[in-house]
Amino acid sequence: MGSTMNLLIGLAMGLNLLALGSGRLSAIIRATAVQGVVLGVMPLLLEYTFDWMVALVALVTVAVKGFVIPSLLRRAMRAAKIQREEEPLIGFVPSLLLGAGGTIAAIAGARMLPLLPEHAGTLLVPGSMASILTGLILLIGRVKAISQVCGYLILENGIYLFGLLLIHSTPLLVESGILLDLTVGVFVIGIIVDRIQRAFDSLDTRKLTVLRE
Amino acid sequence: MIIALESAVRLAVWLLLAPLLPGVINKVKAWVAGRRGPPVLQLYFDLARLWRKSVVMSTLASPGFVAGPAIAWVALAGAAMLMPLGPAGGAISFKGDVLLLVYLLALARFCTAWAALETGSAFGGMGAAREVSFAVLSEVALITAVLALSVQTGNITLSEMLSLSVGSGAMLLAAGLFGVLLAENCRVPFDDPNTHLELTMVHEAMVLDHSGPPFAVILHGASIKLLLFAVLLSQVVLPVGKLSPLAGTATLAGAVLAVTVCVGLVESLTARMAFRRVPLILTASFLLCLFALLLALKGGA
Repeated sequence: MGSTMNLLIGLAMGLNLLALGSGRLSAIIRATAVQGVVLGVMPLLLEYTFDWMVALVALVTVAVKGFVIPSLLRRAMRAAKIQREEEPLIGFVPSLLLGAGGTIAAIAGARMLPLLPEHAGTLLVPGSMASILTGLILLIGRVKAISQVCGYLILENGIYLFGLLLIHSTPLLVESGILLDLTVGVFVIGIIVDRIQRAFDSLDTRKLTVLRE
Repeated sequence: MIIALESAVRLAVWLLLAPLLPGVINKVKAWVAGRRGPPVLQLYFDLARLWRKSVVMSTLASPGFVAGPAIAWVALAGAAMLMPLGPAGGAISFKGDVLLLVYLLALARFCTAWAALETGSAFGGMGAAREVSFAVLSEVALITAVLALSVQTGNITLSEMLSLSVGSGAMLLAAGLFGVLLAENCRVPFDDPNTHLELTMVHEAMVLDHSGPPFAVILHGASIKLLLFAVLLSQVVLPVGKLSPLAGTATLAGAVLAVTVCVGLVESLTARMAFRRVPLILTASFLLCLFALLLALKGGA
């Protein structure tokens, strides 16, 4: 069980780097979606006995993160008629190197944390820190609103991964609440993206920094 | 006596089999495109034709114009002799021979770039500059891969390093080395070997001024390099050294063929990268090798 989980978290870390390195928006959205699916099935692996509530939350997570949110983002992308991130503030190679450095630092740093013995061997904490860092880099370094939303989603994936540490003690209602917030958030951002596109004829968020009468 | 004979046979196998690989790649590309394509042995015919032709020498060029390709070819053949061939091991094997391998590859590249600069043509200089700047990144990836292998096995002898399968990191290492293979041998995402549009060429731009036997030597050297990387990649993933001689040789041959077909498929299915995207792909290859190294370090600790 532990090794399957580590494999999945390793896959999620690889997807982080893929999202950092790709300039096509559709590739970033796809990486985010696959990461959502990979992380969505993890509660099933953590539970020793089958629990219908956990299964339901896993199913909803996979559906929302893997299919609903990506389709909303793709719609926004189509509406805005943009395909790729042209001039990121942090270039692709530096952001890839930053992400890889962050991942390595997360793995090294997690060893120093006083974790429970059952979590010490897994990649849960490093994976979550790496995802949060990746989300941060995407949020800071990209100028297109859709990439920034993907960064936000990856950041949330990291937080979700951290939340899995507490899966036995937090009610799953909290998870479902977060999921609902996320969907509504992306829905709202989809509308905002459309408004930005109409107002400025581009999705460059740098144009939002100037205040005008 | 026996050792000399064995080395001669080994060298002959390397030199004779190497031109087969570009032929296989072209055949795969032709199949995917639905054409019949050139015969698999086309490069042999080309080499024979070039060997019979005379050389056009620029009056400006120093003897380095001919010496460069010759030294590069000898360096690549020497590197091939260091590379172990499955159960047969390497012809020459000593502690730290992997460093010599890396340096021989670098020497070959240096000599090709040197010969390209000899005529003073703009294209030669441009091609050399591109080749060397890509090499900066791909060599880092190659050295990281070598480091990962030596940490994994606790050894710096090539035959020992490759005799053990790397396990979980093998896939990472294989993916990283495949990227290095494509970049080092100027295959498609990095360079198009068929292009003759001077502004986009890398390797071809370097060798534009060569003709006749020196050009044949350059082409043959390039095919040896391709075979070398294919053999390296196969042995990193598969524990060929542990198998019986017959099975090991068959596995190695099959794996090299599979790598070649993969190169052909990549070439047919993807387009060339824009120049500014190339460092990104090479950095990704380096990172794959780096993570394999970290896995090896963690496994050893």
